[in-house]
Amino acid sequence: MAIDKVVELLAPLGADLLAVQHTRALPPFSPQVLSFLGDLSDLLRSDSRVRLLPDLYAFGFWCRRTSIEAMGRSYADNHSRLGRGVIFHVGPANVPVNFAYSLAAGLLAGNANLVRVPSADFPQVAIIAQTLDTLLKKPEHRELSDHIRLVRYDRNSHEATAKFSEICDVRVIWGGDDTIDVIRRHKLNARAFDITFADRYSVCIIDAENYLQTTKYSSLAQAFYNDTYLFDQKACTAPHLVLWLGKTDVVNRAQNVFWESLQAYVEEKYTLDAQSAVTKLSAALRYAASHEGTRILPSRDNLITRVTHPELEAGIENWHSNCGFFVECHLSRIEEVLPIITRKYQTLSYIGLSGDCLRQLLIKARSLGVDRIVPVGRTLEFSLEWDGYDLIRTMSRLIYRA
Amino acid sequence: MMDLTAWHALAPYALDHSAKHAMLTRGLLELTAHHATQCEPYRRMLEAQGFRPEAVHSPADIPFLPVRLFKQLDLRSVTQEDVVKTMTSSGTSGQTPSRIFLDRSTAANQTKALTRIVSAVTGAQRMPMIVVDSPSVIKDRALFSARGAGILGFSIFGRDRIFALDDNMQLDVDMVAQFLNKHVGSPVFIFGFTFMVWQYLYKALVSSGRQLDLGQAILVHGGGWKTLVNESVSSTVFRERLQAVCGISRVHDYYGMVEQTGSIYIECEHGHLHASVYSDIIVRRHVDFSVADVGESGLIEVVSVLPGSYPGHALLTEDEGMVLGEDDCPCGRMGKYFKVHGRIKSAELRGCSDTYAAGPNEAPRELSNGY
Repeated sequence: MAIDKVVELLAPLGADLLAVQHTRALPPFSPQVLSFLGDLSDLLRSDSRVRLLPDLYAFGFWCRRTSIEAMGRSYADNHSRLGRGVIFHVGPANVPVNFAYSLAAGLLAGNANLVRVPSADFPQVAIIAQTLDTLLKKPEHRELSDHIRLVRYDRNSHEATAKFSEICDVRVIWGGDDTIDVIRRHKLNARAFDITFADRYSVCIIDAENYLQTTKYSSLAQAFYNDTYLFDQKACTAPHLVLWLGKTDVVNRAQNVFWESLQAYVEEKYTLDAQSAVTKLSAALRYAASHEGTRILPSRDNLITRVTHPELEAGIENWHSNCGFFVECHLSRIEEVLPIITRKYQTLSYIGLSGDCLRQLLIKARSLGVDRIVPVGRTLEFSLEWDGYDLIRTMSRLIYRA
Repeated sequence: MMDLTAWHALAPYALDHSAKHAMLTRGLLELTAHHATQCEPYRRMLEAQGFRPEAVHSPADIPFLPVRLFKQLDLRSVTQEDVVKTMTSSGTSGQTPSRIFLDRSTAANQTKALTRIVSAVTGAQRMPMIVVDSPSVIKDRALFSARGAGILGFSIFGRDRIFALDDNMQLDVDMVAQFLNKHVGSPVFIFGFTFMVWQYLYKALVSSGRQLDLGQAILVHGGGWKTLVNESVSSTVFRERLQAVCGISRVHDYYGMVEQTGSIYIECEHGHLHASVYSDIIVRRHVDFSVADVGESGLIEVVSVLPGSYPGHALLTEDEGMVLGEDDCPCGRMGKYFKVHGRIKSAELRGCSDTYAAGPNEAPRELSNGY
């Protein structure tokens, strides 16, 4: 049965969209899916159009056969698992490639996937759809065509969301919080559940002494740039708070070097629009207006906006802006970060620290926040563990045997 | 509180660059010091930027606040009891309006400045007045919307005032014709918001096919061109068409905003907006907020000596424009003259947060203004 105003991006299969619920499950990391994603990776990476789209190229790189196989090896219980059935993915409207990662995770877990793609006209979406179409027509991949249905519809079309919600086993909602709220008004089957990716906040911690010793200032600047400016500091993974660890004089020196190196790189790569320049100034002044002792750091131009405050306060995650707006604080001991961390914290990126130690620190403190700990430069890297979910295990079921 | 007697004693366009520069810098510095002692959040914002009064050598050195801060913060330099009027901006789509707190003397200074600026164009005597709006817009005085405040503010130039539109925004041609008849031989003052004049006066006249003789009238209009730009109506087209349909030749646009009521910028007969002695325009480059050259487009900052009860004497708007020149407009007025291009466009930002609901920041409105 056709649903009003829903457009299917891949060649229509004749069968109606809702028939996807009768598709058979696959085990996680099935050979069919591995070879499909591997071929997808090859096709994308050899496509000249993709070379101009770094986010799409990164996706192609991520789903290389060898790399996916390596991910699969860390799941020892694959042989006793099967996909849950149908995953309904609600991708974010304004990030072109995100839906592809969500789809790949759903496939790897062994499911059929109904994917709502962004309605905006992103070239990335068109290229992915075209490439999937090409692959699914090949005899060796035809079997997977029941597992992949890309749909596009106006987000105000509640009928479609309602129907897809009714038949899915897992609904994956990529936020913001408002979208989650709207989608959640549609009922799920009794056994089904949501995986929600809400609005999050991220922080970067730098050990000043170790940073100065690396001397890789320009490559670290580039790495930090990719974490932040690359998506206008709007990705949930992008740090808004930069915490410096060390003695005051060392921190001062490290800050100078760090921001100077970043400035040079941002000048070369980034274009700041007028609206964002005003937004950043407003955010800085608003913070200052309610925090005695704030300093807005003088800068050559408006590319990097920095605000510092002598005290690291709870609730600091509410003071964020975009396009290069950073709140900075100085810690003498790493433990000082613990009291401010709330459920809102997602990614903790670092320079000159050990990821393991940071994780131990959080676990020992029984923290309610931070789901990812990654070195600076890798915050945007997608992994099958996201926002605290193990996506493969969450989207598959374990068949228990006594 | 700053004494503005010296400003009120001047003709509104009497000061050339050097005289104005000195007087304005002094006035703005005095206001900065005043607000810093009377408004805690403002003091904190100054300190955060490391403000030093000694480093101020020109109006451009005074720290400016983005106009939108008045939507996000309650900023006032007088006690709550001294507030006689709270002005709000024209909120369009459910956004938080600006809140501007006026005490008795600031309100009086605004009226005085407005009178002096506008009468430089209209003449000192009060004229029969036609408001291109419906009377309902000023009925709820407690609200003081920018539209209502604009009408009330400009009503001091009129007498025997009528509203040309009914509550359904329909032009009452008969009433207007009668009114013109009654005042035949006397100049008439017409006031309205730019798009309302176009939509409900001009278009209504064209479609009704009726004639009104407004050859003796002076039209003052403001509020921004966004709607008209969308219909490809330029300022020239606006003037020409109006003249064609009702013979009106004296048409003056103005630029102003609720956050700096009183010190408005009015268009001269050469189509240039002019800064009066009370205020000035500084155009800034958005990349570093440095001052743009004459003829270079950028963000408009407005400075004014009028705001005594709230720290709004130096405001960065979200309007784009350019300074055209200073002291050398063919109309003879001293001071800067300039052009407003319109609101800056909001960029489409990428990111993983969906855009289902509009963000916490504001939806676009007409220019930063209203009055």
